[in-house]
Amino acid sequence: MTYTSLALTLIFVLIPLILSRTLQLGLEKDTIFATVRSIIQLLAVGYVLKFVFDSDSYIYIFLMIALMIVAATLNARKKGKTIRGITWKIATTLIIVEVVTQSILLGLNIVPATAQYIIPISGMLIGNSMVLSILFLNRFTAEIESNKDSIELILSLGGTPKQAVHTQLINAIKASMIPTIESQKTIGLVQLPGMMSGQIIGGADPVVAVQFQILIIFALLTTAALSSILVGFLSYPTLFNERIQFLEANNQKI
Amino acid sequence: MDNLETSIQFQNVSYQRNETIILNNVSGDIYKGKITALVGPSGAGKTTLLKLCNGLISPTNGDILVEHKHITDFEPTSLRRQVGIVLQNAPIIRGSVFENLALPLKLQKKNLSKDEATAMLTTVGLEDSFLNRDASDLSGGQKQKLAIARTLINRPKILLMDEITSALDPISTNEIEQLIVNIKEKYGVTIVWITHNIEQAKELGDFIWVMMKGQLIESGDHSIFSSTRNIKVQQFFEGKI
Repeated sequence: MTYTSLALTLIFVLIPLILSRTLQLGLEKDTIFATVRSIIQLLAVGYVLKFVFDSDSYIYIFLMIALMIVAATLNARKKGKTIRGITWKIATTLIIVEVVTQSILLGLNIVPATAQYIIPISGMLIGNSMVLSILFLNRFTAEIESNKDSIELILSLGGTPKQAVHTQLINAIKASMIPTIESQKTIGLVQLPGMMSGQIIGGADPVVAVQFQILIIFALLTTAALSSILVGFLSYPTLFNERIQFLEANNQKI
Repeated sequence: MDNLETSIQFQNVSYQRNETIILNNVSGDIYKGKITALVGPSGAGKTTLLKLCNGLISPTNGDILVEHKHITDFEPTSLRRQVGIVLQNAPIIRGSVFENLALPLKLQKKNLSKDEATAMLTTVGLEDSFLNRDASDLSGGQKQKLAIARTLINRPKILLMDEITSALDPISTNEIEQLIVNIKEKYGVTIVWITHNIEQAKELGDFIWVMMKGQLIESGDHSIFSSTRNIKVQQFFEGKI
């Protein structure tokens, strides 16, 4: 693709800008900001990746993955502000997800241990784990908020913290995993996944592209399950103190 | 009160939430096997006092003794089984009446037999045909009876109840009042009952506690209704507050 062709793709930015102005949606500033930011971020990543690939050093691969985990953690933690120590809980989850998935992929020699494979796959898995963590935290905090009475009931009858939030925990884990499972049911029929599309456009054999996509969707299933369950089981104990008292009870009837 | 044994002792109990003082230096005894009616205007701290006894919250200052044992010496889950609480509009869990009754034992990984469930339903005045009904289909009064039965499954020594008749019609209210008296006589449990209804407190309470703005203003037997010199308490008894 030439730079002229690339510049012409800005038409896709102009269309929403015109629509926003016409319908007074007030999204012009956000759209321009997002566009500029994505150009800068992607160009920067492009140059960084080129440097890392050329250097072929595990230290740079490690640093790149660490950067991804930090950025994903900082983004996801906003949704779990009410949970004590949420930053470390999300970071721990992302690290475990990355270690488990890469151990399987590299340990069993499914993909070569080079930056070209490790970094893009890590990016997809950590990104998915971040989205899953956000989905989980969104649902979990909403479930807790709307079920305070039920949680207090279980505690008042002699239940443990885990028993008290069991229903809310399971509901939130299921709700966060459903989009991953559902999207896999229609994959290839409704939408061609980004990685596969990219490989095909880049000239790769479609069958090889499909093979890698299958690898990714299977790994995403593990990522989804691990992320929701880990964030969930790390988070719920912080809703209670050592006397098994529900800390949200502080905002209830006198 | 010489021959009475104490069940719960409050010793200078205070409870503060953020900057707000909800209970201020409450001291007093709740007697074993008796019904203590806890009355007072909204915001007096009555519900907070019950939650402190069940261990759902802890006092900021002071001590609470249950059966002569410091509340913090109990393992929390064990305390909550011994000091049962029925909160106002206690939620009914999704499922059948039996599933609701079985919940306290399920939390201990034990099973409730059908015979035990039926016996408990009879105790609270519900027919055994209710056992397999969807609990959400019950009327307000029936739900309150089920909530009481569910708490009784743990065989508590003390039963705390928070305005359990406030949303009920007169017939259901009468049934619950009779039920509470029956439970006291059958199980010999100590009962602390929050009510807004002074007539209910007069009729059922062996002892009366009057709370206002986080303080225990007056306590004693029925004689306090005529003997109190506190103007605010008199006004409260007359329904003026």
